[in-house]
Amino acid sequence: MRRERLSVVANEQVGPYTLLRVARGAVDPGVPGQFFMLEAPGRLLPRPMSLCLAPSGELAFLIDPIGPGTVALCELAQGENINVFGPLGNGFVLDLDRPLLVGGGIGIAPLPFLSESLGRPPAVLGFRSDRHAEAAGLVPNAQCCVEPTFVTELIPEGMDVLACGPEPMLHAVRALAPTAQLAWEAPMACGYGACYGCAVEIDGELKRLCVEGPVLRAA
Amino acid sequence: MLLNASGCLDGLTAPDVARSLDAFVTKTVTPLPRDGNAPVRIAETDVGMLNSIGLANPGIDRFLTRNLPQLAELGVPIWVSVGGFETDDYADICSRLDDHAEVSAIELNVSCPNVETPADSAAEIVSASRLATRKPLWAKLSPAVPGIAEVARAAQASGADGLSLVNTIRGLKLDERTLRPVLGPGQGGLSGPALKPIALAAVATCYRATQMPIVGMGGVQTGLDALELIAVGARHVALGTVLFADPDAPARVRAELHAAAATRGWNAYEDGYAVAHEETLSAGATLDERSSV
Ligand SMILES: Cc1cc2nc3c(=O)[nH]c(=O)nc-3n(C[C@H](O)[C@H](O)[C@H](O)COP(=O)(O)OP(=O)(O)OC[C@H]3O[C@@H](n4cnc5c(N)ncnc54)[C@H](O)[C@@H]3O)c2cc1C
Ligand SMILES: Cc1cc2nc3c(=O)[nH]c(=O)nc-3n(C[C@H](O)[C@H](O)[C@H](O)COP(=O)(O)O)c2cc1C
Ligand code: FES
Repeated sequence: MRRERLSVVANEQVGPYTLLRVARGAVDPGVPGQFFMLEAPGRLLPRPMSLCLAPSGELAFLIDPIGPGTVALCELAQGENINVFGPLGNGFVLDLDRPLLVGGGIGIAPLPFLSESLGRPPAVLGFRSDRHAEAAGLVPNAQCCVEPTFVTELIPEGMDVLACGPEPMLHAVRALAPTAQLAWEAPMACGYGACYGCAVEIDGELKRLCVEGPVLRAA
Repeated sequence: MLLNASGCLDGLTAPDVARSLDAFVTKTVTPLPRDGNAPVRIAETDVGMLNSIGLANPGIDRFLTRNLPQLAELGVPIWVSVGGFETDDYADICSRLDDHAEVSAIELNVSCPNVETPADSAAEIVSASRLATRKPLWAKLSPAVPGIAEVARAAQASGADGLSLVNTIRGLKLDERTLRPVLGPGQGGLSGPALKPIALAAVATCYRATQMPIVGMGGVQTGLDALELIAVGARHVALGTVLFADPDAPARVRAELHAAAATRGWNAYEDGYAVAHEETLSAGATLDERSSV
């Protein structure tokens, strides 16, 4: 992992989300499911973001503007610079026979990079609205649904599930696919084990998600 | 010396960051293991952050058998932060740390805002710990007490070798939408830039009251922030919240500190020690604690 000041190449609208593309510098893109801490201009703490795509010479992040930090990131203009620190945490295990990607809402963020790394396996994605579903275009071979249909209705049996999405979705996926690899979220101040802020219950104990995860096996 | 603030760095997950400091301070260790408070445990505020970690730590047994041997391999002096719920807890842990040569100093956390402590006084805790160990003892005080000068003098009279100033002060953040607390336990400790003026005042007051060595901390983001703490009487400076956003802060702050000293024509930043207490350059305020409005 490495912290470097990177310059913004472009900030593109994808439905209600923004795809933030920065020049890669000497930062390693890491493994799909790993994340980076991005300086959010004007904020004290950086914000955790999964790597969405790793086009040559770039790192790209898909961002949902839900609060001050993510709004600041979505407002960055070409040529502005931000500190980027990573890759952090543990990503997905990629040695699988029948991978199926499952994503909900902004939880699709790590799936484009994951799809490329796995040779574009099938994906099922769920969104809140047609506008949100515009982001499905980022994921190859994706079947897409919009509420009131839930993505869990699209998961066939016998697949090696890799999922990212809101917590209720992850619980539902876990019930269907007990060995699924799930990417969780928690509020994070540091992303590298320093603050103990990201504690979640893992195996009956409170552990740091940024150190043990964010990708955890369901079982 | 440049240190980390207790609870703001894990030397085992970030050994390179720990090695970039002059000493590594552990997260507060308590007699028994603690899981810590229920999430949510952190929240950003306007110019700071709140935390309600709740002293999550492995407990002294596991700390001694598992963590300390690994920390010793870092090759930097180790300061152990000690916490407890009654005086005996502190004394017991101090006596168990006493024969570990790899421990350079002990910081007595008598001021965590995230655990309800039946307030055994700081002086009692320092006295009991003094009998239990020959290691240097630093008493870490809260700035949220009415007479911090008295607490500092009492710690000195009880055998403390130095003071760590300051711990966080209690704060609350509401979710704008629901108007309910963001943090799981409700309230938490405020750290970061919001704490800096409070830290400067506490260091200035305790320096005047005791002339003891002080580790200054609270809202340090830059070398100039560190120099201000030194100017009011800190011998050493600790970095806390800044490490979350910038793991490279130790090297940066050190470089900025040297540069800030050089622009004043000083050979070293130590030349700035307690200069704020010298005759003021222009007629005006002094730092005497009684001069406040
Ligand atoms: C490992 C990891 C990877 C992530 N990847 C992405 C990504 O690729 N794209 C993306 O858009 N977002 C991602 N997030 C979430 C993102 O970090 C948060 O949305 C962001 O920090 C919110 O900051 P803010 O200042 O905009 O909003 P805040 O003011 O911090 O939060 C606004 C609202 O969202 C809630 N919230 C904040 N953080 C979280 C969280 N982590 N989980 C659940 N609720 C939260 C708050 O309680 C509040 O109600 C990721 C989070 C983690 C932990
Ligand atoms: C997440 C977090 C955890 C902390 N844990 C401890 C702790 O275990 N023991 C302690 O004495 N102080 C603890 N502190 C307080 C810091 O050591 C320091 O006194 C305070 O944060 C002020 O410095 P800063 O503004 O540079 O962060 C913690 C602070 C934070 C932000
Ligand atoms: S985010 Fe700080 S320990 Fe995980």
